Amino acid sequence: MTSLLAVLIDGSIYASWLFLVAAGLTVIYGVMRILNMAHGSFYAIGAYSAASLIGWYFNNGVGPAWMSYLLLVGAALVAGLIVGVIVERGLLRLMYGRDEILMVIITYALLLILEDTMKIVWGVSPYFAYQPYTELGRTAFGLLKVSNYDLALVGVSALLGVGLWAWLERTNQGKVLRAVIHDREIAVAMGVNVRLMFTITFVLGTTLGALAGALTAPAISVVPGIGIEVIVLAFAVVVIGGLGSIGGAAVGALLVGMSRAAAVHYAPEFELFVIYGVMSLVLAFRPEGLFGRTMARKI
Amino acid sequence: MKKNKATLSKYLVSGVAAVALSAGMASGASAADNGKFRVGIVTFLSGAAAGPFGVPSANAAKVLVEGLNKGNLPAPYDKIGINGAEIEAVIIDEAGGATKQVEEYRNLVQRQNVDAVIGYVSSGDCLAIAPVAEELKTFTIAYDCGTPRLFADNPDAKYMFRTGLDASVDNIGAARYLAATRPDVTRLSGIQQNYSWGQDSWADFTAAAGKLLPNAEIVEEQFPKIYQGQYGAEISALSVKRPEIVHSSFWGGDMEALVLQANARGLLEDATGLLTCGEASFATYKDQAPNGMIIGARGPFGAFAPNNALNNWFKGAYNAAYDLDPVYPATKMAQAILGLKFAAENAGVADKEIPTAEQLTSGIKGATFESVSGTVQMARANGHQAMQGITYGEYHYEDGEASIVNKVSFTGECVTPPEGVSAADWIADDFAGAECK
Repeated sequence: MTSLLAVLIDGSIYASWLFLVAAGLTVIYGVMRILNMAHGSFYAIGAYSAASLIGWYFNNGVGPAWMSYLLLVGAALVAGLIVGVIVERGLLRLMYGRDEILMVIITYALLLILEDTMKIVWGVSPYFAYQPYTELGRTAFGLLKVSNYDLALVGVSALLGVGLWAWLERTNQGKVLRAVIHDREIAVAMGVNVRLMFTITFVLGTTLGALAGALTAPAISVVPGIGIEVIVLAFAVVVIGGLGSIGGAAVGALLVGMSRAAAVHYAPEFELFVIYGVMSLVLAFRPEGLFGRTMARKI
Repeated sequence: MKKNKATLSKYLVSGVAAVALSAGMASGASAADNGKFRVGIVTFLSGAAAGPFGVPSANAAKVLVEGLNKGNLPAPYDKIGINGAEIEAVIIDEAGGATKQVEEYRNLVQRQNVDAVIGYVSSGDCLAIAPVAEELKTFTIAYDCGTPRLFADNPDAKYMFRTGLDASVDNIGAARYLAATRPDVTRLSGIQQNYSWGQDSWADFTAAAGKLLPNAEIVEEQFPKIYQGQYGAEISALSVKRPEIVHSSFWGGDMEALVLQANARGLLEDATGLLTCGEASFATYKDQAPNGMIIGARGPFGAFAPNNALNNWFKGAYNAAYDLDPVYPATKMAQAILGLKFAAENAGVADKEIPTAEQLTSGIKGATFESVSGTVQMARANGHQAMQGITYGEYHYEDGEASIVNKVSFTGECVTPPEGVSAADWIADDFAGAECK
């Protein structure tokens, strides 16, 4: 019984983290058809920015502890905005219209550049921003003690998912964006400024990636390479859900999170394979992912 | 955040210096006959192992080379450089995998004309380099990698030496520490990175604990992927089994994240953590690790190094250069360089003469030399493998100061299998012949 409860709690927490990581990736692909390999770097930049800011904040006793949560989000927004605009305006804008495979290679090159840039800026030693993680305390569920920060992450992730859905479905800008997703050429013909939509989308995607990193930073040691590990998981989640689908990313994250938690508790020897096992199973029956649409390809 | 701006600047400067040094050496390959002793230093300058292992090791190498070239070290290492010849270090990055490292090794030997190579954190790299060292007849010291297979797979090694201890010693020592300090524990658990390091460490520990703690049972074991970073489910799985001890061979960012998350969730309050590589992050835990957590340094290194003249000089010089105390990988690098100097000066060649690889091997094989960690006996693997004792202790943080309390040391003969016997066979044979003081 305790293990079942633990699976539900651990699965929910891991799923919420996966969704945070994958949301930006799937938004960018959905609108821009760019499989962004550099997404993990945006996550790492968010983590480093947040860890630097939180470290400075607590080392200098600048203000109350609750402010640090706002700083986490603030660091992600600023880092995501700056990096997103620079990359989109300075690099991707010059490459639009190229083949999707070429864009994968370009963003992979960007990933390598950003990884080295981060080493120049932040060095290779670990950064810690643990205060927001420990400040919230923990809740006991029998033998199981769970960090309140992790529980709060579930709420943040759910809010983010609902917010993204509402923005896409209930606002004019969201409708325009969906029009671009549905058919870019018709959207242009109808007077939609697709380039502006691309900029907005890419900056939104990088900010989501940076936010995931910033919210993860308090629970980890921020070291070189954290973005590389994340990108593989993010790809697995969006592929399961269907590339470009926010709802798909949420369901994919939940599937992976619960499966992995169950494996850790009941069959730890399969934990390493379970994520890719779920992915293989889904793709065997739905090659386009759970919520992906089958589309004719222009040749 | 771990460090201040000044420290960050020092790392950046040292990083740039390392790259510049490497680049400079690459263009200066023709300087092989300049009368200097050229040594290749290989360790991680990038990737996840750079922060905890590679950078402290590279920094230690720079401190030692500079100190030796100026003749600043205490006796018996007060002779300038190596055998009177100035040392020229070529520092290269270990990242990239075993195949790349074999190419890099060949470059060091055949194009950079190094007189010796010191390096390798990764066991995979050590295993790949060992036969190439024999092929190229180049004196090589493995300073950190822990695989017992290094000499088991290369029993006739002539040019390969290891001045650090192998991983079996870490885990036999850990089990002995528990037997000495907590003989009544009954519920053991473990969390290891899911690759050979983690699996071998757990196998050695559980085998040794099975003999030394006969009343203990393994209640849970977890093997998450290396660099996973998030251990929520694993911590839950361990927590619900109510272990008394949580053993882990985690290192680097994984270890720091595990301690942070497990401590925040109360696992390390209800159970005692036992981290075989725990000393490497000694300076960074602060109040995020519980008092009483057992940490090791893979030998008498880092914070466990003894109070002797060599170590005092090394700690002072390292601290002056980087504003940090050396952690165990740094001490192990210092030990390897001192081992090389000892080999050269014990080879019986004239002053300022650079010994051949054969002379270097004869200078250190089976010998006993003094080091920053105390006396090192090259007493295993036909005189190619160092034997030393190991110390474990408990982390203690109070009034902003971290220290290690309740230290217990075990002699080399107590934790090292006899010559020619594998750790598994020795443990199965109830540690036959072990001499524990």
